[in-house]
Amino acid sequence: MSNIGSYNERVKNFNWEIAEKELGYKPGDVINIGWHCTDRICQQGRGSKVALYWEGHSGAEKTYTYNDIRLATNTIGAFLRGLGLRAGERVCLFMDRIPELYLGFLGILKIGAIAQPLFSAFGDESLFVRLSNAETSAVITQKKHAPKVRKILDKLPHVKHIIIVDHDGTSPLKEREVGFSLEKAAPVEHLEIHPTKAESPSVLHYTSGTTGMPKGVKHVHYSLISQYLTAKWVLDLRDDDIYWCTADPGWVTGTSYGIIAPFALGVTQCVLDAGFSAEAWYKWIEKRQVTMWYSAPTAIRSLMKAGDELVRKHNLSSLRHLASVGEPLNSEAVVWSEKVFGKPFYDTYWQTETGCIVISNYPGMEVRPGSMGKPFPGITGTVLDPVKNEPYAAHGKIGLVALKFDWPSRMRTYWNNEEAFQKKFRNGWYITGDRSKLDADGYFWFAGRDDDIINTAGHLVSPFEVESVLLEHPAVAESAVVSKPDPINLEVVKAFVTLKPGFAASQDLDLDIMNFIRRKLSPLAMPQEIEFVPSLPKTRSGKIMRRILHAKEWGEEIGDTSTLEND
Amino acid sequence: MAIEGLKDIVLNYVTKEYLEDDSETLTYDTPLISGGIVDSFSMVSLKRFLENKYAIQIPDDKATPEAFDSVNKIAALVEEFVAKKR
Repeated sequence: MSNIGSYNERVKNFNWEIAEKELGYKPGDVINIGWHCTDRICQQGRGSKVALYWEGHSGAEKTYTYNDIRLATNTIGAFLRGLGLRAGERVCLFMDRIPELYLGFLGILKIGAIAQPLFSAFGDESLFVRLSNAETSAVITQKKHAPKVRKILDKLPHVKHIIIVDHDGTSPLKEREVGFSLEKAAPVEHLEIHPTKAESPSVLHYTSGTTGMPKGVKHVHYSLISQYLTAKWVLDLRDDDIYWCTADPGWVTGTSYGIIAPFALGVTQCVLDAGFSAEAWYKWIEKRQVTMWYSAPTAIRSLMKAGDELVRKHNLSSLRHLASVGEPLNSEAVVWSEKVFGKPFYDTYWQTETGCIVISNYPGMEVRPGSMGKPFPGITGTVLDPVKNEPYAAHGKIGLVALKFDWPSRMRTYWNNEEAFQKKFRNGWYITGDRSKLDADGYFWFAGRDDDIINTAGHLVSPFEVESVLLEHPAVAESAVVSKPDPINLEVVKAFVTLKPGFAASQDLDLDIMNFIRRKLSPLAMPQEIEFVPSLPKTRSGKIMRRILHAKEWGEEIGDTSTLEND
Repeated sequence: MAIEGLKDIVLNYVTKEYLEDDSETLTYDTPLISGGIVDSFSMVSLKRFLENKYAIQIPDDKATPEAFDSVNKIAALVEEFVAKKR
């Protein structure tokens, strides 16, 4: 029997108090995610249970019990407080998936500061935009990533401290830098937990904007309620599970379901800090006897590509339940996983802004391969007519995925950008930016984005941000960035570029521009293809018509071109 | 036949483009993909560099994370395609 039992019964009798009671929370109480994920589990007598198995790419291994993570997060919290950091200040985590990332996240929350995780592959421009917008007070990083922070430090007066967690004295610390070693620091047995309340800010994740710069999605400590319950009912996490979430905590899946939910449930989880390799992943499942595996379609398609024979070389019989997130899970992947693992991947749908799974397939409920599933109990979802901004009366029509914005882990606003937050609503509905249709039984079927945002390997990339940085390249006069289909990553970034006088298209220039974007923004944002063109399609008012280029890439009808400028 | 200087050219390129901490040193056998130095997206630019430099085309099904996982493996792959061209 799964944790959720009957989906229909849960929908009928749902109340978020179910999670509140299990977590011992009553409205008005102090609620602190850092405490709930560590001290609370220890107080339940589960301190000696393994919380985290970690393995790095060099083969280094570490194991932490719940008591270990309680002490480690206390120690980090005390260190940050000792630097003068206080509740409400933003502390960025800019690290690979090392233990300090997971423990630092909870340590920050324990002192009431706001955790701002950023993907460690971000280039200096991506980093600058996000640290600047958040007016971040401190950055916790590794010495390998510190050069990117140093490069932009002059433009970041709010950054008071750069904490280097693996400083070994081989190179001197620079301006505003301080070394910290979790292994060498004296463990702090007692830390005064900041008395955060339900609406106290907890996490600031950045997400790509359609027409502007990245937006900081502000979450609060009360998010724990729905992160906890969705992990219990959708991921079906149980006390004896060995759980593996493959997401990087630089992205929301890696914090909501890679830190908060599993630790709040007292589950043992494992982290493999290594680049993707099908063989390494199967070995890891076998070695750790993983029972619940939460991954992404891009990874699943890469595993499919690696072949069935490789699966058969490993004993993966420990796997009990599989789920996927980040982009639509194609039906072929569901069918394949049933064939090779003996069970399907359950697709889950949510966003940085929703903070938790909002539409999903559930254990015990029929999986319709290719479908996003149904709304989580307590969450109202619909498909909206984009003209009337009302739910379609009949099923089967493609419209906007919209939600009633009333569950605990919904974002509270965009950081310093309430205007953009308000624009996400129409007629009382939160507009996700995705399109889908509903079938007669209430299953959602993904149909694509409703804007120009590119979903590459489950990560959103803003064409606007890439175009802005492209213009900084000395050879680029104009650019337009669109998605192009990709068999593994769903979509990848493609740039159309016109050159300034004196520059000629060449293979070397193509590579130079690719690397320019990779270094400034991130590998995800790097155009996988650059097409040099003499001019870009524009409206008569001079606006670049991205949709024409997009249609060309996807083999779609170009549509109305009456506003197209005549050359 | 080994291409003169191939391994050092690849090593220098990877060091210059993908290694953030200049105090780290790479060897011909350092794991690049599984070691987290080059990710699957960055592999595209590394592949493009090799194709431009040696005037070859490496098919996508040969440009696997395993084939790009060290300078030695990359050099073997490049030599295979340069030999096919001859």
